[in-house]
Amino acid sequence: MIKPRWMAPLIGVQLLFIATAPGVEAAQKVPLGLPPLPERATQAASPEKVALGKKLFEETRFSATRQVSCATCHDAGKAFTDSPLSVSEGIRQLKGTRNAPTVINAVYFETMFWDGRSPSLEDQALHPFVNPVEMGLKDHDPILAIVRKDADYARAFDQVFGKRGPAVTMAEVTDAIAAFERTIISGGSPFDCYYFGGEEDALTPAQKRGLKLFVNEGRCVSCHVIEQTQALFTDNRFHNVGVGITAIQQDVPALAVEFLKTRATLAEVDIQVLSDKRTSELGRLAVTRLFDDIGSFKTPTLRNIAVTAPYMHDGSLKTLRDVVVHYNNGGVTNEKDRVNDFLSGGIRPLHLTEAQIDDLVAFMESLTSPEYVQPAQL
Amino acid sequence: MNDFRLNRRDFIKRAGVATAAAAFPLSVVELAFGAAQDKFTFAHISDAHIQHVKGTEFVRNWDRGLIRAVAEANLLTPKPDFVMFGGDLAQLGTKEELDHGAEMLSRLRHKTYCVMGEHDYYLDLGEYWSKLFGPHYYSFDHKGVHFVVLNSILTYDEWTYNRWPTARQRMLEMAGLDNPNGSPFMVGEKQREWLRADLARVAKTTPIVLFSHSPIQKLYKGWNFWTEDAEQVQALLKPFPTVTVIYGHVHQIQYNQVGNITFHSVMATAWPWPYPQSYAQAEHAMPKLTVPMNRADPFFERDATGWQFIDMDTGRVMMDYNLYNNTSRVVAYNPATRQPEDRVYQDPSKRIPPQDHY
Repeated sequence: MIKPRWMAPLIGVQLLFIATAPGVEAAQKVPLGLPPLPERATQAASPEKVALGKKLFEETRFSATRQVSCATCHDAGKAFTDSPLSVSEGIRQLKGTRNAPTVINAVYFETMFWDGRSPSLEDQALHPFVNPVEMGLKDHDPILAIVRKDADYARAFDQVFGKRGPAVTMAEVTDAIAAFERTIISGGSPFDCYYFGGEEDALTPAQKRGLKLFVNEGRCVSCHVIEQTQALFTDNRFHNVGVGITAIQQDVPALAVEFLKTRATLAEVDIQVLSDKRTSELGRLAVTRLFDDIGSFKTPTLRNIAVTAPYMHDGSLKTLRDVVVHYNNGGVTNEKDRVNDFLSGGIRPLHLTEAQIDDLVAFMESLTSPEYVQPAQL
Repeated sequence: MNDFRLNRRDFIKRAGVATAAAAFPLSVVELAFGAAQDKFTFAHISDAHIQHVKGTEFVRNWDRGLIRAVAEANLLTPKPDFVMFGGDLAQLGTKEELDHGAEMLSRLRHKTYCVMGEHDYYLDLGEYWSKLFGPHYYSFDHKGVHFVVLNSILTYDEWTYNRWPTARQRMLEMAGLDNPNGSPFMVGEKQREWLRADLARVAKTTPIVLFSHSPIQKLYKGWNFWTEDAEQVQALLKPFPTVTVIYGHVHQIQYNQVGNITFHSVMATAWPWPYPQSYAQAEHAMPKLTVPMNRADPFFERDATGWQFIDMDTGRVMMDYNLYNNTSRVVAYNPATRQPEDRVYQDPSKRIPPQDHY
């Protein structure tokens, strides 16, 4: 049941368009529970640029089969994920190795991809086009051919960037896509109304107990950060929480050497980690080559988590309850598994009761923004 | 995991024999100068403080630290020539703790040497430790460097032999910090005589690397960051132009230069200590040269713990601190200033707030 008062903070995509329209002093009004926008996002993008970015984001002609777009795996109707897939499917139903992270609030992320191999939304947008298991292009030329020749695109690029023909490059393409993505901002969940909005009954008793556990015995908040005035539910850092790597731990030494010997560039890493599940499990090691990053992945936000199952970087846990049980076990899904040698500090058995686990799950269900509440939940 | 009873022969068999470990080009830094035969690497792991709870249960946090350091050291490439374990394998010196720790160390695919720590020693005066790891002090030569391992955590005989009703109480008294019943560490006359004789056989041009558990310096008495006869030991090392002392016990980054001797501490795998200067009431003599490690985030129990990878080049040490949830650091001897310096943070203008905000 969505309660009427939740409609009040319904400041979704639409209002941001208004707030950032040219000539309008950027109001920097963000939804309840979110921090001010990072500096690079405050330079107002024109509605035309955002609209162009949205069109590019949804363009299927930028894939080898002309059937896959960014929106295929980042579907607005699924909180910008491809739930319920465990790992994303690209052209010809080719499977990658990782669960599609949401685009919502990506404006606040310090790095992109589960292993942080990309520093910005602009850079990130370059890679899926040319990854063989995603959109499968050999290079970016087919995209440029379309945006330079197609009358609608040519007009839009001219209007937004003042560029036409060969002057339109991937820099402009990704600039527009990133501008669109930066408008996908969402807060105002029941948790926000309760915690930042002072609405005492926005959470159920179980959710309130869950919040207490979240910041205390559950130890969740140390990575899924809640601050005094806002909550992104991520520390933007990387941790080995014992997912994925536990299944291949005997092979880590061999895999690591095999991978590192190749001295792969980040563009090659992009292809290798999405093509080979075992290499994927090396996590951020593939990016930094540091011991501390073996099997580590970025802390995902928990906003809208109830509508983006399954979970973890590999989509290996079906429900939020499974996730809490994994952490309650101290970083192993099956209690009998050997705890990974490289497990991050902070992950340890929690000794939560079944009722406490239920409360934590209830709390996470309070993090859904009104615009992403699924019909079944209304 | 229950197989924590193993004898010394097992340990030596498992730890000492280099098995067919693959090569891992992970964090190895090769210096670009120096003759090839003068260059080699080793790893240093220290202060695991394995703590027995009951039955087969041990404190998980300390276990995780040692397990992780061992697993990571096994990934080093080129393969390090050996691993030094710097003491305090156990918390209260029991057979259970030493066996459990030895079992974890036995997973190392490298030749392993050990230093005695006070937590290994004061229950049975090192008797069981010796069965696992051999003599309390010794020396060896490796690729032109003379390595010495001292037992620097001895103290006055009266304290050790005559004061305590039980061995366990003796252990607990020595394990305490700021304990008025404690006693300062020392190498002692017998061992200094051994060292004098040992060094007499070594050419003065030979680089010396000395491992101890306590600093062979007097830094802070309350926590035994201290060796009572430090000056006498330093005097024995004085004739050698290239001397490095590597010590554990302090659970934090320290480095110093005293005359010809370069000092480096190593991290613990168990937990970090604060710096004595954050303990304002008491006098201390912490090396001004040391740029402190970052203040730890207590949630990440591995933060401010770690282990070391050491690159030896013409007898000098480059200490590569592998730190968790934190930024790794490199402290290396600078021939121009003739002292160890942090490669990034030495210049005061380069330092960051977590290094001195307590």
